[in-house]
Amino acid sequence: MDLKPDQKIDIEEILDGIEDYRPRRKGWTWRKKVENQQIGPFEYKEMSEQLENSVSLPASRSFKNIDPQPEPVITTEIASGRFEDDIRRMRMAAWHGADHIMVIRTAGQSHFDGLIEGTPEGVGGIPITRKQIRATRKALDYIEDEVGRPINFHSYVSGVAGSEIAVLFAEEGVNGAHQDPQYNVLYRDVNMYRSFVDAAVAKKIMSSTGMLQIDGAHNANATAREAWKVMPELFVQHAINSMFSVKAGMPKDKISLSTVPPVASPAPDIRMNLPYSIALRDLFDDFKFRAQQNTKYIESSIREATVTHTLNLLLSELTSADLQSTITPDEGRNVPWHHYNVQAVDTAKQAFAGMDGLKDLIELKKDEGFLKEQSRELKERAVLFMEEILEVGGYFKAVSEGFFVDSGKYPERNGDGIVRERDGGVAADSIVPRDDDYMAPVCDHFGENNLPDDLDKPCDLIGGCTLHHPEKIDFIDELDPEDNVEKRLEKNEEYRKGSKLKPEVQWLGDGWVNVTMFLPESKKVAEFAALEIAKKMNLQSPEVIHKEVMQPAEGTVCEVKGRVDFSIDVDELEIPEEEEALPFDEIRGFVDDNPINVVAATVGKDEHSVGMREIIDIKHGGIEKYGIDVTYLGTSVPISKVVDAAIETNADAILISTIISHNEIHRTNMKKLNDLCVEKGIRDKVILIAGGTQVNNEMAVKAGLDAGYGRGTHGDDVATFLVKTLRGDYDEEE
Amino acid sequence: MPIKREDDFEERRDHLKDLSDEELKEKFWNLTEKIVDPLIDLSKTHTSASIERSVLLRMGFNSIDAKAIVNQVINADLLGKGAGHVVYKLAQKEDRPIKEVGLDIGDEKYTKEDLRSLFNGGGE
Repeated sequence: MDLKPDQKIDIEEILDGIEDYRPRRKGWTWRKKVENQQIGPFEYKEMSEQLENSVSLPASRSFKNIDPQPEPVITTEIASGRFEDDIRRMRMAAWHGADHIMVIRTAGQSHFDGLIEGTPEGVGGIPITRKQIRATRKALDYIEDEVGRPINFHSYVSGVAGSEIAVLFAEEGVNGAHQDPQYNVLYRDVNMYRSFVDAAVAKKIMSSTGMLQIDGAHNANATAREAWKVMPELFVQHAINSMFSVKAGMPKDKISLSTVPPVASPAPDIRMNLPYSIALRDLFDDFKFRAQQNTKYIESSIREATVTHTLNLLLSELTSADLQSTITPDEGRNVPWHHYNVQAVDTAKQAFAGMDGLKDLIELKKDEGFLKEQSRELKERAVLFMEEILEVGGYFKAVSEGFFVDSGKYPERNGDGIVRERDGGVAADSIVPRDDDYMAPVCDHFGENNLPDDLDKPCDLIGGCTLHHPEKIDFIDELDPEDNVEKRLEKNEEYRKGSKLKPEVQWLGDGWVNVTMFLPESKKVAEFAALEIAKKMNLQSPEVIHKEVMQPAEGTVCEVKGRVDFSIDVDELEIPEEEEALPFDEIRGFVDDNPINVVAATVGKDEHSVGMREIIDIKHGGIEKYGIDVTYLGTSVPISKVVDAAIETNADAILISTIISHNEIHRTNMKKLNDLCVEKGIRDKVILIAGGTQVNNEMAVKAGLDAGYGRGTHGDDVATFLVKTLRGDYDEEE
Repeated sequence: MPIKREDDFEERRDHLKDLSDEELKEKFWNLTEKIVDPLIDLSKTHTSASIERSVLLRMGFNSIDAKAIVNQVINADLLGKGAGHVVYKLAQKEDRPIKEVGLDIGDEKYTKEDLRSLFNGGGE
């Protein structure tokens, strides 16, 4: 299947033949940096290869639609609970520049003793299954071909089925995974012995296919009461998992530290996080870094979360990031929505492009003063932490004594760390010693294994394992006849294939919309008023997801989400056809034979000149390049003066620009222009055109003009309209 | 019970303060290794139901069958031999395909004594 940019991805086609799908590559892929790359009008220092298909940032409109792609791999985290909807979001994110797609697992999967099969719906994430992974990887194959860059697919190798999940991922070509036994122990209460024993096997399997591993240390600062105080512990957690991984057979360049700055503004973000980031990169210089913004201090403000994100991007630029994670700015208010994934990816893309080459211009004072002292102190605190772990009898004992996620800045201890008993937790007492004759006749198996000596590879003993003979993989399709993708696709078919349309935020046809309203009331009153207003707007299940005081008495801005209970039929929409500009030679030829002269001005008390100049100036590709004669009267010109000038020059057309829309002045000006031309008896002889950011064709025609143009209009659009009108194209159509 | 303690960094760091940055880094990684070595040794010498299911997956069993087989192996108290090992031994003994034998174990067609006997001087 080849994806076409103007066609939706076909989930049924993805699922067709899924039982025989094999991943076309395994392992992790980095972006390719291009030195001194010329992109559009600019030279970039740190950007990577460009995409074949993408959506560029809004402002790129003014820069020849360039879409510079930063050097770090950019992550987006997706998991709505339905993989078929996730796939559409992945495509959108990839078009904006994501090449690392991480899927969050459904609640409770880490305690599920075995693999889940089929495609059941998840809660807060997706049940990770073979079919879901296959379908997603297959879709990503198509999507990466479409955008022109490899996409890394990622999920979690953790919980009590970690070893099996690692095999599943290796077999199915998952490119990266979180793996950190400390995460299981501290946050999922999986027995500590079990976590480590399983993890070693999982890590070895992950390494066999070149998967990139991300650790879980950052969860400490999402959990600790005062996150910035856990900095010394973060080094310790990173070190334990990194060293354990190396000893389990993982190469250092496949081990990525998940580094999340422990504090966020309004705390002095950079001053606190920078020494930490520098110390971390000093100590772990052989490893990779995955940078992510702080999430502990995210509230429901999209703007605030985006600034925190941007400051994290500054930190990445000042230090380093091999992968740049993006956190959707709506994480503090709901399970992330489609477009917020895209916005977060754009935030990273925009910030990195904006900071391109910054390190060539400035230097950090790493060798003196504050940065040096602070980063040294953090390292020493981490060393002291590890010394005490050994003093008390090692890692397991330390965990049982609540060393970790204590909110004190080590060696300060607040006595509020997470305590796990050595013989406690999920799957306690579930490891057994390998006997002297223990044997596992498969490849990439960690630990003692009494295989015969004469084998080329272990699986020769059984005629091959699935890692070398993928045809041996025994695919299970669905186990639940009701809770599966086919049933869900049946239910939403009219939205997928018919002409029915509903707004959505995560699932096709879910109907959710978000309404922003300012209410001149206190926070409490505004919240309940907003709900009442949403109900009167017929929004179902309304919920205030964000409120922010502008001034305690003067008012509050509220955002309310709710569902619409209707759909519309796309086929019944009346959509005006967009006019295509005529070829240059055709316009030029007409003007040569039929000279056109126009009068142009920004009217009213309006000093904006840029828009009009773009339409008329030859150097901006305006109408002058076709030989159209323009009398430009300037800005703040009264309508009467424009009409007088048209009469005087015997103009074929009048072009007015009207940007200010305060009190509907733009409509008033348009109407006034028409009325005055009628009054002076020239309306039949002159074409009237208005332009402006708040102007559109429908509005202009309603005011009596011939055409109106908004944002994104170019000289050729206006020239085309003039030529077609003068040669009578529109008369024939009527 | 987790302890409470004031920040005594200044006293504690006494033996670190004269180390160069390089020496401190070396100490950091030496300590890490000392913490991790016992964890790695434990992992080398132990196995679990998940690990053994991961072996069976690699041998070509699906997740449902792998679970059933491992449950029988645990029943027979043979996890320490390796679940794949049990299937392999039985297949050798009966000269039948691995897959077939494994499914029969999962279907409880063998008693735990049957399975245990594979390791009582019978095979090796």
